[in-house]
Amino acid sequence: MSEQVSVMTGNEAAANAARLARVQVIAAYPITPQSPVVEQLAAWVESGELPAEFVAVESEHSAMTVCIGASTVGARTFTATSSNGLAYMTEQVWWAPGARLPIVMCVVNRAMAAPWNVLNDQQDSMSVRDAGWVQLFCRDNQEILDTTVQAYRIAERLHVPVMVCYDGFLLSHTMMPVAVPAPEQIDAFLPPFTEPFTVVDPGDPHNIGPVVMAEPRADETGATRGGYMEIRALHHRALLDALAVIPETDAEYASVVGRSWGGLTWEHLLDDAEVVLVAAGSLGTQLTVTAEQLRAEGVKAGVLGIRAYRPFPVEALRHKLAGRRLALVFDKALSYGYEGPICSDLRGAMLGADGAPAVFGAVCGLGGRDVSPEDLAEAARRALADLDAGARTRETDWINLHLEGRA
Amino acid sequence: MTTKILDLPDVSFVLPGNRSCAGCGIGIALRQITAALEGRMVMTVPASCLTVLGGMFPIASVNVPWVNVAFPSTAAAASGIAAGLRATGRAGEMTVLAMAGDGGTGDIGIQALSGAAERNEDFIYLCYDNEAYMNTGTQRSGLTPAGARTTTTWSGKRENPKDLPRIMEAHGVPYVASTSAAFPADVYDKVAKARGITGLRYIHMNTPCPSGWGFDPKDTVRLGKLAVDTGLVVLYEVENGVFRLTGRSASLAKTGRPRVPVSEYLATQTRFRGMKPDAIQAVQAWVDDRWVRYVARDAGACD
Amino acid sequence: MSEREGRSSMSEISMSRPAVGEAGRTGDWRNNRPVMDAAKCLAVKQGKVTCQICWVYCPDGCIAQGVGPVIDLTYCKGCGICAEECPAGAIEMQPESVHGVCAVDETGEAAR
Repeated sequence: MSEQVSVMTGNEAAANAARLARVQVIAAYPITPQSPVVEQLAAWVESGELPAEFVAVESEHSAMTVCIGASTVGARTFTATSSNGLAYMTEQVWWAPGARLPIVMCVVNRAMAAPWNVLNDQQDSMSVRDAGWVQLFCRDNQEILDTTVQAYRIAERLHVPVMVCYDGFLLSHTMMPVAVPAPEQIDAFLPPFTEPFTVVDPGDPHNIGPVVMAEPRADETGATRGGYMEIRALHHRALLDALAVIPETDAEYASVVGRSWGGLTWEHLLDDAEVVLVAAGSLGTQLTVTAEQLRAEGVKAGVLGIRAYRPFPVEALRHKLAGRRLALVFDKALSYGYEGPICSDLRGAMLGADGAPAVFGAVCGLGGRDVSPEDLAEAARRALADLDAGARTRETDWINLHLEGRA
Repeated sequence: MTTKILDLPDVSFVLPGNRSCAGCGIGIALRQITAALEGRMVMTVPASCLTVLGGMFPIASVNVPWVNVAFPSTAAAASGIAAGLRATGRAGEMTVLAMAGDGGTGDIGIQALSGAAERNEDFIYLCYDNEAYMNTGTQRSGLTPAGARTTTTWSGKRENPKDLPRIMEAHGVPYVASTSAAFPADVYDKVAKARGITGLRYIHMNTPCPSGWGFDPKDTVRLGKLAVDTGLVVLYEVENGVFRLTGRSASLAKTGRPRVPVSEYLATQTRFRGMKPDAIQAVQAWVDDRWVRYVARDAGACD
Repeated sequence: MSEREGRSSMSEISMSRPAVGEAGRTGDWRNNRPVMDAAKCLAVKQGKVTCQICWVYCPDGCIAQGVGPVIDLTYCKGCGICAEECPAGAIEMQPESVHGVCAVDETGEAAR
């Protein structure tokens, strides 16, 4: 009853997690770079290694819909997608959390069209960050497996769907050693899903998800029941409860499997850091190399990694960034017409906080544009130079952009 | 076996005081659909008139398990519910019924329906065809008949409607039927038969709509029957690829008596007001052509 | 443990229970009400539950089977299908005004 280490891709890690979580209904539509997840699960279902229903849907919108239907009757569900596939299912990505269905979805992060690009950035996940899912970002393939399993526990405790995000190609197609827990270990951690909010029972008929009025309204017993705003407020509260549930779940998992991922955030060389480099996903791993390089140059650099992006860990970030000189946030996405989403959220959270650092932003890696630790170090040096020169605000720094046509 | 009105179960899953329009064809049919399934069912309902009939939170108007779903997704939601029931060992507890309008079935919903049919998912899909997007105020759908005025076809729709049952036949599903809300016992029988079949069962139900078609609500049943008498609506079944006319359409074919001219039917509804003679003639020719082929198929001709 | 105990799932999602009258007293919608002439009703004439055509065609299930059938005027929307379809002409649609205006109380609201 112990873990087996294999070398596998991020996609394989995600598929293994779904298998260990004993998912009951899988519905997914292929899209690069997610397809191998679906292919592996289909193979296991056909061989009998995974006793689940596999619904070969005809689109991503239907993939999420099948999960919604199955979850409504109490089945544990799984889907995965990327980029335009996520965009196609967006209507349903909003439906699932509003309906409080504990669906787990892996998003293999890829750039949004137009123009077409199959390579990594985080724009797809960012485009649905407001929909009310728990959004977790993974640094490596081990974290993908562990986090996807944890996602079911989080989702089913809160009745909120969880999105596990990992970088397309950089993680999805890259092989790394991954320790795969034994089924018994995961069974000890993850009990069966037995208490959906929804009741589907001919002996006790209910109408699920009807139109809700703006104002509270009396039910058939005369009791006042909430309007749309109340239902959404309770959903939002559940998401805020995740701020505690995510670290608790990580700790529970660690007690069974022996590995922890830090809960809401993770850090590297943060203790006495004056310049904090912030990112979500595998970029964070690159930043650890960058921070070490900067330290060697005499800069007190450290890394604060965002594991939970939604709910946004405001208190944790304020606490960990208090007293620093600078937080430099690296986004692999843009809120077009403004700036990087993580940067905006972080700066907003710091406003008015004691000892808040300056917050500058950088955009990198769009459409899979290569970015090295040295590129990131250069960006940090530029930011620090501007800060030392007295800058309190600063335009977004685009890393490795070649508008002049240089390669 | 054709059930007579007096033999229909005296049960009431559709509760009075709901939000459907006075004279709504859906209500007549839904009473029999739920009766045929004895309430042992779960229905998936997209944004549509039926959603409204079902009631606003926190009170429901229909006493069966009911799941409201996004507009394009009815067949996929039913697929998911069916898969979930199988996965949780509850498949035998209830019939899964997807019930959507013509828009939710043949336009925005056709992709999910086609996928579900190709996979031969195990549920009944019933399309209540009131021939336009009625819930949003009578905009044209792909099933609006030629000549009909809607809020997006002010001078009358130019195109003939899609033949959805035929499209479903082309998917090779085990059961396809065409019925009408004006014939509630026929609706009952077809749903009851479908209940006993495994796989994707598709039932297309013409559903007169006083609000959208422009007639006095008292005429819902009368005009639904008149449509069948013209051949604009045809009652039939296709079981494992074998076609047969049923009920009033079967007797019409058997007796060979002339069908009512479509002009008589078109004259009863304000949506067809102002239709020019040549447009009416075109509809007549279209109906005649289709009728000949239905009769031939009923007699065993391949099509 | 931060699991929220005892929070009713009914309030976290929109999920309704069935009850009569979701849209209120839909009888208030109508301009005309069906009035049955028992002498003409086939069920009454034959003294048994026969015909029942009005029962089957009511979209709102407002007619109870019987000798003769009974119409629930609290919810009947006055569509007139029953009158139109009755093979014996036993049902007549009569204007509401013929049946009197309902009493109005001090607030100006119609009495329930």
